[in-house]
Amino acid sequence: MVPTLTGRTRRRNLLNNVMLALTGVCTFITVAVLFVILGFLVWNGFRSLDWNFFTKLPLSAGETGGGLANAIVGSGITILIAVVIGVPVGFLGGIYLAEFGGKTFPMFVRYTADLLNGVPSIVIGIFAWTVIVVPMHTFSAWAGGFALSLMMIPIGLRSTEHFLRAIPNSLREASLALGATKTRTILTVVVPAARQGILTGLILGVARVAGETAPLLFTSLNNQFWSDKLTEPTATLPVMIYKLATSPYDDWHRQAWAAGLVLLGFVLITNIAARLVLSRGTSVQRG
Amino acid sequence: MGTAVIAAPPQPAARSFLKRLRDGDKAAHLITLIFAASVFLVTVFLVYELWIHSSTSRAKFGLGFLFTSSWDPVAEKFGALPFIYGTVLTSFLALLISVPLAVGAAIFLSELAPPKLSNTCTFLVELLAAVPSVIYGLLAIFTLVPFLSKYGEPFLKNTVGFLPLFKGAPLGYGYLAAGLVLAIMTFPFIISISRESLLAVPIEQREAALALGATKWESTWQVVVPHARLGIIGSIFLALARALGETMAVTMVIGNDPSIHASLLKPGYTIAAVIANEFTEATGDLYQGALVELGLVLFLITIILNASAQLLILATTKKGSKQD
Repeated sequence: MVPTLTGRTRRRNLLNNVMLALTGVCTFITVAVLFVILGFLVWNGFRSLDWNFFTKLPLSAGETGGGLANAIVGSGITILIAVVIGVPVGFLGGIYLAEFGGKTFPMFVRYTADLLNGVPSIVIGIFAWTVIVVPMHTFSAWAGGFALSLMMIPIGLRSTEHFLRAIPNSLREASLALGATKTRTILTVVVPAARQGILTGLILGVARVAGETAPLLFTSLNNQFWSDKLTEPTATLPVMIYKLATSPYDDWHRQAWAAGLVLLGFVLITNIAARLVLSRGTSVQRG
Repeated sequence: MGTAVIAAPPQPAARSFLKRLRDGDKAAHLITLIFAASVFLVTVFLVYELWIHSSTSRAKFGLGFLFTSSWDPVAEKFGALPFIYGTVLTSFLALLISVPLAVGAAIFLSELAPPKLSNTCTFLVELLAAVPSVIYGLLAIFTLVPFLSKYGEPFLKNTVGFLPLFKGAPLGYGYLAAGLVLAIMTFPFIISISRESLLAVPIEQREAALALGATKWESTWQVVVPHARLGIIGSIFLALARALGETMAVTMVIGNDPSIHASLLKPGYTIAAVIANEFTEATGDLYQGALVELGLVLFLITIILNASAQLLILATTKKGSKQD
């Protein structure tokens, strides 16, 4: 009584198995790429990394040795400027969208934030150049930090809004019913309840801009030496990697690998940290 | 008494406004409103600045800017065609490679893989999205480019070299290298968003197809994927927008040649790459204006793509919630 498999059924089963196996192969390839990237970078980076890399200035072409201490500090400074400008705008703007906004205006803000998020980073660089570099007549850490903050704001804004909205209204109502003002409710009840999520968004924002090169090319430019002031051209790790990797010198290539490893390490660690903060937050709330 | 009643009304209103301001509600509303509005204003200002700073080039070349192919800074002749061509070609090449791979992986992760494996793989793939583009460029220069010039491109020339697509010296740098790097950079987006929209397909759809005797693949390909198609298309649009605007990785491997070639092995140029390379050296208002206008063109293309992607993704999520 068991029906024998006809040719057609066999064909369908074969197709089923082949296609399903192929999707597995696709997954394998994509995940393998990550490991290949990490592998190459760690292999070449570790061989090139030494203590000088963190403490010395870059040497001129042809000389061996030296480091990128100024670029590491410069990256830190531009990211710090970006945080100082970007975090308040993203955080407070997000509070407005989630807690105060009506209907039409928040929709506009939300839409433009998504728009800003999609603007190619090189175009952000042009914008920062027109509004800061041109009036100041100099490339500067300020211009670089401003450009990076523009890339950070949409992420902070939307994630703050998202996590504030996830807070149940009963919490707000309970606080208001006890006589707290709206501002007090937001500051002492709603924001603390959503703090893990908000923090995650802000850390992800930092992780995103830390590796950005294109907005810095003609805002903070580059510098072979220490920058004394925020109004001077400033070296950053991503721009250094670009300059060193496209140069014809072997020792500069070595430095580029080391810088790449340091930068990728920073970006991946901040990313993973952000996710850990979030997962801890959700488990705490559930418990 | 009567006069007191008439005089009274403005009093409570004023007091309550002051009180609300002192309690901070009005003030908080105002402050957060200013910050939210600044996001809107900055974006508008960005468009305005691009428009103003490209005025010299727009006045001189008009719409012809988009359709002429000479790029000669010395003679002050600027045409955007080689860059538009390079941008579109490399992005198209990237999607040609990444769409089948990424959609296949998304199907595996949503339909076949056990949840734990699926989540781990998705986590890894999303980390791939976080790798800075300059690092993709660094790796491509020292691994992909030598590989292509030694093995990949000679192989292509020997097998399909009769096609005009694969003519020219195997330099390594060129459209092909840029397309490959962009493919790797775009598939995290397609995988993670497509997987989400595939997971959003109700389980009943799969069960109904399987109950009718469909194989797992038939149920997936003929029922689940069409159900999630808007989300998948949306993810492809997002990936395309990302590929078009990608700067560093492409700049480092495309070879920087402002002319149009049919062969994928030849060096070319993209909009983002030419801005990155020439902006700081651009002397003269016209040269700078032309580069800013290229930025404006790039901005408009990516904005349109992003907006349509968001509409598509929104449409799928709306559809999903209605059926629940």
